[in-house]
Amino acid sequence: MRFEYLEPETIEEALTILNRYQGRSKVIAGGTDLMLQMRNKSIDPEYVVDITRIPGLNHIAFDGPQGLRLGALTTIRALETSVEIQRRAPVLSQAAGQLGSVAVRNVATLGGNLCNALPSAETSQALVALSGRVRIAGSKGERIVPLEKFFTGVGKTVLEPDELLLEILVPGCPPHTSGAYLKHSPRGPIDLAIVNITVLITMDPEKKICRDAKIVLGAVGPTPLRARKAEEMLKGKRIDEILIEGAAQMASEEAHPRRGSIRGSVEYKKEMVRVLTGRAMKELTVFETES
Amino acid sequence: MKKLMEIKVNGETREILIEPWWSLARALREQLGLTGTKISCETGDCGACTVLIDGKAVKSCLFPVMKARGREILTIEGISSNKRGKLHPLQQAFVEHFAVQCGYCTPGMIMAAKALLDETPKPTEAQVKEYLCGNLCRCTGYTKIIEAVLAAADKM
Repeated sequence: MRFEYLEPETIEEALTILNRYQGRSKVIAGGTDLMLQMRNKSIDPEYVVDITRIPGLNHIAFDGPQGLRLGALTTIRALETSVEIQRRAPVLSQAAGQLGSVAVRNVATLGGNLCNALPSAETSQALVALSGRVRIAGSKGERIVPLEKFFTGVGKTVLEPDELLLEILVPGCPPHTSGAYLKHSPRGPIDLAIVNITVLITMDPEKKICRDAKIVLGAVGPTPLRARKAEEMLKGKRIDEILIEGAAQMASEEAHPRRGSIRGSVEYKKEMVRVLTGRAMKELTVFETES
Repeated sequence: MKKLMEIKVNGETREILIEPWWSLARALREQLGLTGTKISCETGDCGACTVLIDGKAVKSCLFPVMKARGREILTIEGISSNKRGKLHPLQQAFVEHFAVQCGYCTPGMIMAAKALLDETPKPTEAQVKEYLCGNLCRCTGYTKIIEAVLAAADKM
């Protein structure tokens, strides 16, 4: 790896650089993914554009109707430990706490985790479950893209080479919503997940039925994958063990792991999806009936 | 072409010659002779290269040296007071509890443990384990290391 290191101090300056060196430059924030990729030559940019000197991209803010606004440079550790996130989107904080060790989380950023677009990325799937959207700036102006449409493949997003991810917008959860993030990996947080899942359930406390459900599967497809049929099975129903078993089975059938993954066979990954989604649903339902 | 850059390490501002693609670990070792910071996996897994940047534990093998400008870096060489032979309580506890065998992981282990104790002065055993999960040791089996960190916390 050999590159020129550029440190723009404003968004405009960064966009000018990205526009000028399209396809020859790469944005760096924390660098925990990029340094690795450059070292093993899977990417070899001529220009590395460090955006961490740009003010105004590192914030965790809440404004009523808009919900949470998270700057792209927010560290994973900040997401994990922020009281605001723990209160308003606890599942995101849980997921963040499972990404690497503390020393990685101290530098790795939310924007980086999203743009690197691994199908197992902790924050991606939690934010897909939370209906997050991203605000992107480019030389032609700004646009907002739902995270579900942001990822287009392994390591691929809709981000153009002259665009920059600025902010992540997370709408407030409806009342009586609870979420669980579960990760299955050999050595806990420091490994990439064999399978990871996020389940979000919104209950109707009077009728004691499930009003809404989101089930997002990681590392079993090219992007974070919604298990839509499993979600549908839960909606409008009273959640009991039999329903959970059926929905978990359905989620497993909706998973599409690729053959030849070093982290687990197709059969194993599908089975783990069944186990983890079942476990998460049980956790959430016990929680809901008690409250 | 190498670049001249100012870097603040262990309280001292130094000028170093670096290539922009170097990691902080490489610059510390090759330009400043601070070889206490070890390079091992270079993938951010093992933690042997852990240093503190503005008080936070960071894997210096994945940290571009260019990012170090304007930051305070603390390495294993800088954690004890300057008096000769005087160890930091964590270092002393590692000695007393035989938490060192080959010693290669030790500097990173101690730097990560220091970050933990700065944040959480009286951690539980579970907190120590969780915090040090990014530091691998292939000799000790970790028991002695965890004991040493807890003992240091008691004394500090």
